[in-house]
Amino acid sequence: MPQSPLLKVASLSFERDDCTVFQPISFSVEAGDIVQIEGANGSGKTTLLRLLTRALEASSGSVFYAGVDIDQCLYDYREQILYLGHQPGVKLNLSAEENLRWMSPASTAPEAIVSALADLGLRGYEDVPCYSLSAGQHRRVALARLLTSRAQIWLLDEPFTAIDKQGVAFLEQCMQQHLNQGGAILVSTHQDLAITGVRKIRVEPADDAGGF
Amino acid sequence: MSNAHNAGFTGYLQRDLLLAYRRRGEAASPLIFFLLVATLVPLGVSPEAGRLEPLAPGIIWVMALLATLLSTEGLFASDYQDGSLEQMIIAPQLLAMPVLGKVTAHWLVTGLPLTLVSPIIGIMLSLPSDGFIPMMASLALGTGCLSLVGAVGAALTVSLRKGGLLLSLLVVPLYMPVIIFGSATVQAGIDGLNWFAPLAILGAMLATAVALCPLAIAGALRLVSSN
Amino acid sequence: MGSGRDWTWFHRLGSPRWFYETTGRWLPLLWAVTLALLVVGLVWGLLYAPQDAKQGNSFRIIYLHVPVSFLALAGYYIMAIAGAVGLIWKMKLSYMVMKSAAPLGAALTFLALFTGAVWGKPTWGTYWVWDARITSMLILLFLYLGVLALQYAFHSQDTGNKASAMLALVGTVNIPIIYKSVDWWYTLHQPATIKLTSAPSMHPDMFKPLLVMILAMYCFYALVLILNTRVEILQRERKTGWVRDLARQADTGPDNQ
Repeated sequence: MPQSPLLKVASLSFERDDCTVFQPISFSVEAGDIVQIEGANGSGKTTLLRLLTRALEASSGSVFYAGVDIDQCLYDYREQILYLGHQPGVKLNLSAEENLRWMSPASTAPEAIVSALADLGLRGYEDVPCYSLSAGQHRRVALARLLTSRAQIWLLDEPFTAIDKQGVAFLEQCMQQHLNQGGAILVSTHQDLAITGVRKIRVEPADDAGGF
Repeated sequence: MSNAHNAGFTGYLQRDLLLAYRRRGEAASPLIFFLLVATLVPLGVSPEAGRLEPLAPGIIWVMALLATLLSTEGLFASDYQDGSLEQMIIAPQLLAMPVLGKVTAHWLVTGLPLTLVSPIIGIMLSLPSDGFIPMMASLALGTGCLSLVGAVGAALTVSLRKGGLLLSLLVVPLYMPVIIFGSATVQAGIDGLNWFAPLAILGAMLATAVALCPLAIAGALRLVSSN
Repeated sequence: MGSGRDWTWFHRLGSPRWFYETTGRWLPLLWAVTLALLVVGLVWGLLYAPQDAKQGNSFRIIYLHVPVSFLALAGYYIMAIAGAVGLIWKMKLSYMVMKSAAPLGAALTFLALFTGAVWGKPTWGTYWVWDARITSMLILLFLYLGVLALQYAFHSQDTGNKASAMLALVGTVNIPIIYKSVDWWYTLHQPATIKLTSAPSMHPDMFKPLLVMILAMYCFYALVLILNTRVEILQRERKTGWVRDLARQADTGPDNQ
């Protein structure tokens, strides 16, 4: 019996107000795979990623995690995903360190949090309330989760927004390391990634989208 | 080795209390509103104790309701805007628990302080002395109901830009039983009647709300954030 | 996802097209029954029923007021049940029913309050008293308005439908509590001095036309609800083939039903 893939997406589609957002999509992701989700603006990249977090309910099709429909093992599955959306989820009235501790597993050591922030170029900003940080720095706080999380599947929606060149290079390095450790990454971005073996998936807007 | 986040009932309770502490000014405004409106009543009605006295139970309850309502609007708003609501929804746990934690924190920073300062308002509005204990008891239980029911409305309107007015339209009709039994408790205390009876009904309402509202709030948040 | 497959028969039952075509066949009959009952009930109640000993002819407004009040409350439950079916079984049709029931129920509630006020003036000498039933009716109107406002507050129709269905459900849990609370509040503040005419104590000659009117109002409600829902269906399904065919038929020939 062949091993079931880590993540299998079977003809997933999503309708909103009777308009299909994208055409049914199928693919599977193995441990160590990185998948880049491409598509024009508004083609449903974010929707696809949010369907994979099960924050949205698909109109048809299913997602299987290790062979099991994620609806049947929702909490186990969600233990294994890390999702970074458009909004960084950073609380302005908490410091960078407090935010990262909040977003990291409870058992994360305090040193790990400080060093993750330092790796993301936030050394010296640990105790600064986030309202005095820039948008790029907010994103860096959120991205520091990649270093503290133990989730196997990363779902990253435009992770490089507002991040400078060195930051991008560092993140690509993190992603490569995660893949080497048997993780899997789904990332939506318009940039070309400096990572080997990137598989690309195009999200096509449905024919009838907006059509009358 | 668990991947669990800090994000259960106590996690959200602590975080929201810390956030409220960091924004003390904002957290205090329902309280100041409560005191401020209490000052308007004698100006609008009459300074005579004899005319304020019969109105006091009802007015105190109406003001407490409005003060809670004002603060309910922001319950999920900042979480929605900064994206942490999305993270809360996809956390590997029953969504009702963090929701209940947030609502409890909301009660601790609005309902409880309102209850604690209500004797000052009682004095300002010449509430008879027999009414003070029933007033505080009914406010303590009743504002809990108001927070829970208000949170359902706040969740449903969180994605709307001008949700505030709509929120009051949605929840004030649902608040009516609370205000009926809340002010009745105070009145019963003043009249020397058994005020435990209406208070017990408030308690029953609170118990029902604790059981049902978090589920409704969780459903509403999931729905509204899915767009 | 997934588990929806077992329910396909149910979905077919709830298909807007099926509803549109079936109700299309039944509509003429429903129209006839409604009109007949309305005419009989109104003529009987307004012209032939005996005068009330104390209130004279002004009591005759109950032939409108009571049936309308019945439907105002029942309408909320119909709306909430439709919403619940939509939420549970993800049936589009039931959201359309819910959406049609909301303005209808709000209008009936307003009418109940209005006829109550008109009746109140000659009977109690005032348009408004804080009677338990009137107060409950007023709260019901606010509940309806909340559902309506929420329905149209969202850009996305789906979100609006689901959100207002949820609110309607919360309201349903609350309505018995509200009614009991208001009853209790009223007895606390006013030992029942004003009592609305209660049906069982009425003379049978007055009561029979009332029954006819209640029946007529139920039919009227069903009729308007169906008509509203049909409009809603055409609007939501305007992109589908069968609605386009309907429109083409309507354009080319009179044979459109």
